[in-house]
Amino acid sequence: MSDTSKSKEGHWSKTRNLTFFVLFIWFIFSMVIPWNAKALNSMSFLGFELGYYMCVQGSLAVFVLLIFFQNWRQDAIDDEFGVGE
Amino acid sequence: MKGNFLDNLGRVYGLYTGGFVVFIILMAILEQMGVSAATIGILFVAFTIAIYALIGWLSRTMEVDAYYVAGREVPAVYNGMATAADWMSGASFVALAGGIYFGGYGYLGFIVGWTGGYVLVNSLMAPYLRKFGCYTVPDFIGTRYGGNLARFCAVVVLVVASFTYVTAQINATGTIAARALQIPFEYGVWFGLFGILICSMLGGMRAVTWTQVAQYIVLIIAYLVPVIWMSNTQGFGIIPHFGYGEAAARIAELEGILGVGTAPTEKFAGMKALTVLHNAPGEGMSAWLMVSLAVAMMTGTASLPHILMRYFTTPSVRQARKSVAFSLLFIFLLYFTAPALATLTKLQLLDPDLATSVIGRSIEEVKNLAWIQNWTSVGMLNVSDSNADGILQINEFFMRSGIVVLATPEIAGLPYVISGLVAAGGMAAAMSTADGLLLAIANALSHDLYYKIIDPKADTKTRLIVARVLLIVIGAAGAFVASLKLTGILGAVAWAFCFANSGLFFPLVLGIWWKRANAAGAIAGMVCGFAAGTLYLIYVQNGGDKILGLDGLRFGIIGMPVSLIAMVVVSLMTPEPDAETQAMVDEVRYPGGKAILDSTH
Repeated sequence: MSDTSKSKEGHWSKTRNLTFFVLFIWFIFSMVIPWNAKALNSMSFLGFELGYYMCVQGSLAVFVLLIFFQNWRQDAIDDEFGVGE
Repeated sequence: MKGNFLDNLGRVYGLYTGGFVVFIILMAILEQMGVSAATIGILFVAFTIAIYALIGWLSRTMEVDAYYVAGREVPAVYNGMATAADWMSGASFVALAGGIYFGGYGYLGFIVGWTGGYVLVNSLMAPYLRKFGCYTVPDFIGTRYGGNLARFCAVVVLVVASFTYVTAQINATGTIAARALQIPFEYGVWFGLFGILICSMLGGMRAVTWTQVAQYIVLIIAYLVPVIWMSNTQGFGIIPHFGYGEAAARIAELEGILGVGTAPTEKFAGMKALTVLHNAPGEGMSAWLMVSLAVAMMTGTASLPHILMRYFTTPSVRQARKSVAFSLLFIFLLYFTAPALATLTKLQLLDPDLATSVIGRSIEEVKNLAWIQNWTSVGMLNVSDSNADGILQINEFFMRSGIVVLATPEIAGLPYVISGLVAAGGMAAAMSTADGLLLAIANALSHDLYYKIIDPKADTKTRLIVARVLLIVIGAAGAFVASLKLTGILGAVAWAFCFANSGLFFPLVLGIWWKRANAAGAIAGMVCGFAAGTLYLIYVQNGGDKILGLDGLRFGIIGMPVSLIAMVVVSLMTPEPDAETQAMVDEVRYPGGKAILDSTH
């Protein structure tokens, strides 16, 4: 196997792991938390009931930060394998 | 002007934003001088459309690359703004807050879904499609899987999903134009279409990109200014977003006192009385309906071609990713404002301690309020003393959901200039989405159907003329359907998302993430998923028993698994893709190097 295909494999396996991690966080905040909003409402956050807060602001903010985080890590992976543009 | 323009984007749009603010101040001065509200409304809509038309004309082009993908030179932040405008439709702008007002927890599925979808766009789609170098979404399907049949299936799904969506947008531009310019709705629709086509026809994607950036600036100012102003005049804090927890708690208290949940005894077409609690998440079925709606909207977001194609316009893969992040940031600004607006408006109407409240007051007093009279006269609000006790109960107050945004300035007693601003914002939101959708349809038909399938030898000039003729024809068809006022169809923006995810989600995702996926599998996935989703929609619309409570808003939850299973089973039963295709998939996963398709494809 040539060097380039080895490095391509390394690049793809890191990219894939990062993607799975991001999708796991996404799953928690887009499905698990909204599903359990009723239980979470017994707690409060910034004067909001927590379940409600997550559905109107919390999860949304997490999605924004998650994409910035993913891009920061993905750029690092690309640079590590010398495929950054 | 081209090189200059790209180097000076910050200055150009800074001047534009400053100019718009000056225009608003000028309108405020005119209002103080006694110019009528109607004139100010006309000036707002006419001025902003004139600006978009100017940008559209300046961006005219006869180059294929510029027409289809804006020359792939849109920087990430600006592509983020353009995507946000592309994304936020007239419905988001006008109906989102109203939906939360009326729908409570169940409706929050839209809020979570329409933001969370971008995580899927960024993780699974945008960077890879950008690397691919395609002009349209069917272009990816056609090249990755090979063969005209796969390409054709993708075109069909794209056209159905986008056309469902675009009629709703043309309808919205028609409604706003009709009210602002005081012309009949049927004319308003054609006027709206005229504005939409001016932005896209001469310059294709390039013109749409730069008008969408301008439209985002108008729509976000128009959304935030009234909310923040209202919050300040009504004493809800300088920035309302972080402190409305108490308002939500107070609403919960009032809901018990006022008896929210009592069904109204009268009905008014298109209007609703408040019956759903503001913050009452349930378990089991109610949680499932909320989450299934969110999932349908998220996967739909990641499958809608007019959104995906925005990421073809950036200079690089890295910029494509970065622009997804900025897209969601700009969308977030509006989406986390909408629930605050819904909560505060509701409190203003319900809380007897506030001067603005209407519930619990005498019917006569309420009927004499200026804003109630204004909106009653245009058929968007109704107060009816169903139990004849002379007092307005919660189930005697009917309104259309759009009121929550449109009437906020008047409820809070803000000057009319703010209402004019809101009209311009709603127009910008509807026009920008309509432009993106029309272009997605016309480009798929001109590039994939005409050039790739019917006449591969067509020269550049012919291709671009065909693209423009199609744009007009499809726009006219959309305006015609909108003018028929088939409200049952227009209301269902959610359908577009479900058509798209039923047919396209898995063929797109697996095209990148599963090398073994082949043409036969992709075709089976598109056909079976789309057919299953559509048949289920027809079945539910005709009164069939819902499976797991899934209604017409969520039929993608039926279509998608069918699509996945069909695609995997058929792919495994047929030979694997050839070595060349597999190498192509490897290459797509790798950000560096050349695009798969060159710019002359």
